[in-house]
Amino acid sequence: MGCERMERMTLSGGRVLDPLTGFDAITDVHIANGKIIALGDKPADFIADSVLDVRQQVVVPGLVDLCARLWENSTQQKAHICSETRAASLNGITTLCCPPDMQPIIDNSAALELLQQRNHRSVLLLNLLPLAALTKELAGEHLTEMYTLTRMGCVGVSNAQMPVANSQVWKNALEYAATYDLTVFIYPRDAWLGRDGCVHESALSTRLGLRGIPALSENVALARDLLLVEQTGVRAHFCRLSTAQSVDMIAQAQAKGLPVTADVALHQLFLTENDNRHYDTACHVYPPLRSDRHKTALRQGVKSGVISAICSDHQPQSPDSKACIYAESSPGISALDSFLPLSLKLAAELNMSWHDLFQRISQQPAQILRQPCLGLNVGAQADLCVFDPEAVWSLQKADMHSMRYNTPFLSWEFKGRVTHTLLNGQRSFA
Amino acid sequence: MPNIQFDADGRLKHFIGIEGLPHHLLFKILDTAQTFINPVDHTIQKVPILRGKTVFNLFFEPSTRTRTTFELAAKRLSADVVNFNMESSSNKKGESLTDLLHNLEAMYADLFVVRHHQSGAAYFIAQHLSPQTRLINAGDGQHEHPTQAMLDMYTIRHYKHDFVPLKVAIVGDIFHSRVARSQIYALSTLGVAEIRVICPKTLSPVGIESMGVKRYHDLTAGLKNVDVVIMLRLQYERMTSALLPSECEYFRCYGLTHKALEHAAKDAIVMHPGPINRGVEIASSVVDSPRAVILQQVSFGIAVRMAVMAMILGLYEQ
Repeated sequence: MGCERMERMTLSGGRVLDPLTGFDAITDVHIANGKIIALGDKPADFIADSVLDVRQQVVVPGLVDLCARLWENSTQQKAHICSETRAASLNGITTLCCPPDMQPIIDNSAALELLQQRNHRSVLLLNLLPLAALTKELAGEHLTEMYTLTRMGCVGVSNAQMPVANSQVWKNALEYAATYDLTVFIYPRDAWLGRDGCVHESALSTRLGLRGIPALSENVALARDLLLVEQTGVRAHFCRLSTAQSVDMIAQAQAKGLPVTADVALHQLFLTENDNRHYDTACHVYPPLRSDRHKTALRQGVKSGVISAICSDHQPQSPDSKACIYAESSPGISALDSFLPLSLKLAAELNMSWHDLFQRISQQPAQILRQPCLGLNVGAQADLCVFDPEAVWSLQKADMHSMRYNTPFLSWEFKGRVTHTLLNGQRSFA
Repeated sequence: MPNIQFDADGRLKHFIGIEGLPHHLLFKILDTAQTFINPVDHTIQKVPILRGKTVFNLFFEPSTRTRTTFELAAKRLSADVVNFNMESSSNKKGESLTDLLHNLEAMYADLFVVRHHQSGAAYFIAQHLSPQTRLINAGDGQHEHPTQAMLDMYTIRHYKHDFVPLKVAIVGDIFHSRVARSQIYALSTLGVAEIRVICPKTLSPVGIESMGVKRYHDLTAGLKNVDVVIMLRLQYERMTSALLPSECEYFRCYGLTHKALEHAAKDAIVMHPGPINRGVEIASSVVDSPRAVILQQVSFGIAVRMAVMAMILGLYEQ
């Protein structure tokens, strides 16, 4: 961009809602040099290059997604970084964190540089923040150069969905991360319990004859991890909680003052194991969809704030990797296109204010990623999402921006739809 | 299970599992099977019901007896039978399951008999078949094995005449058994008085009680006054972690001996879907005793499979 002057813009007449400050009013937002320079009356010397009429629409900080997988190398490319960052942007996301378990695994500087090069064309669309692997090849044996990788741009470290079975290595890894005050993103999962499972272990898995992943797998791992967090003092973020007991354990840890946060995948708040009862591979996810009791507890955890972030857990898969026998299908949901509308639906069902909702999908995830978070205050970077709260629509393949359509939410009725996304004060799309 | 097993008129179209099938249909299968068996000498005559039809046996998992009885059943109905050895020619060449099926359908297959190591495979395949093609599940993973359960029901009816007063015990590796699941659905639909499962806790699947059974971990207590004892073999090929210390200890605790059988009703019959492992789940002396009806089960299996084939191909009254 160099010395090219950035567009000055006014968003005119929208309902401006800031989850950081609680500000909620119909007003104008004035943007220059990529930043918000005023709310309400325009500064005397300000002349907008363009005025975007956002009456009847809501202006909020850009959405921050703690987990989206953007591409996978395979003979049939499932999706790629350009298609998926564009899809994220079109769906109001301005900051997106991707886990290290991609191909290649982000466990060395060359792999990270490759990702950064691939992302080169996407930088105008969103802030892509990768996590570095905690152990080499995620194998749970040797530590990565996590200090170097985080200095190069990774925002935290994680062993993703690969549990570290060796408790000594695990403790060392957490201690080493704590040395540099890195945030460790932990997927609580026991290395052996439910290892060959693909659905929640229950009476239903018994009926379906599918191998189960017991809630115990997550609970045992989380109990161990919390003890290690307490011992090592590491800052820990627990990813994709799926059990009621996890919510309780996180609440207890937070009450003790441990530096722990947690998130949940949005689909866990809407679907249950019953959605698998016809071997529907669109509902094959990891961690698995659990029973209604767990779903209710997770919803309560979101509402109470014990779970401070909701993520899309976007995982595009090719039709072939879903059109197969359940246990052989690839887990994951293409979730970017339903992220905001499902979140709005959640707020409505939980009787949760939009203020609280946008804390969970924008402000608090940004804090977990330790990104500057000034909300919509003057001086804040103008990363914004604008949506029409009254738009009623249903999700159809043809309207999806992700390259892949593996979602169980097709044909769901939604109210509320993204109309504009601004990154750094620039419209990502018109 | 949603019933993709039925066509728009409510007639049985595929035979995937017993779950969700009504009482009258199970009886219809038993009654139809009975028509194929000569009441005098118990032989099965060849009939021209499926002349001109082609049956493909697709076995993705090794099997000898089940595949053979399906083959015999189809031949007794005068169908042409093709045995497709999936071990050598299947997905190992990289072809997807759906592409393989469409190829076989292009060879004018009328009916697929499918055995697969993955639960839900039969359901998946049935969803991808063209409307005129039919499917019989010959066992999918740990899910169901419905024709085995129906031949077991046939055997029970043959010896006990009425299901309602019966107490039935299923003993052994319930966790890995698709046969047990299908038997439980069938026994429950046919209205037996009591279904018990007897096994160590490591072989008891989560929530099995929700299928309407009582769980026992003590063999003698579980066998008390039962009319039918169904023994299951240990499915080592599906065991992925330490579930039992040894065959010897298993036999000591759960092996069916004459002594253990004394706790059952005096006229209790002993069944086993085979293959049996003498000295592991059942003593040789019990296998060879008149209480065991294991070989009769095999014979009845042909007629039961004939009945299901004839019914789902629409050539027999339902």
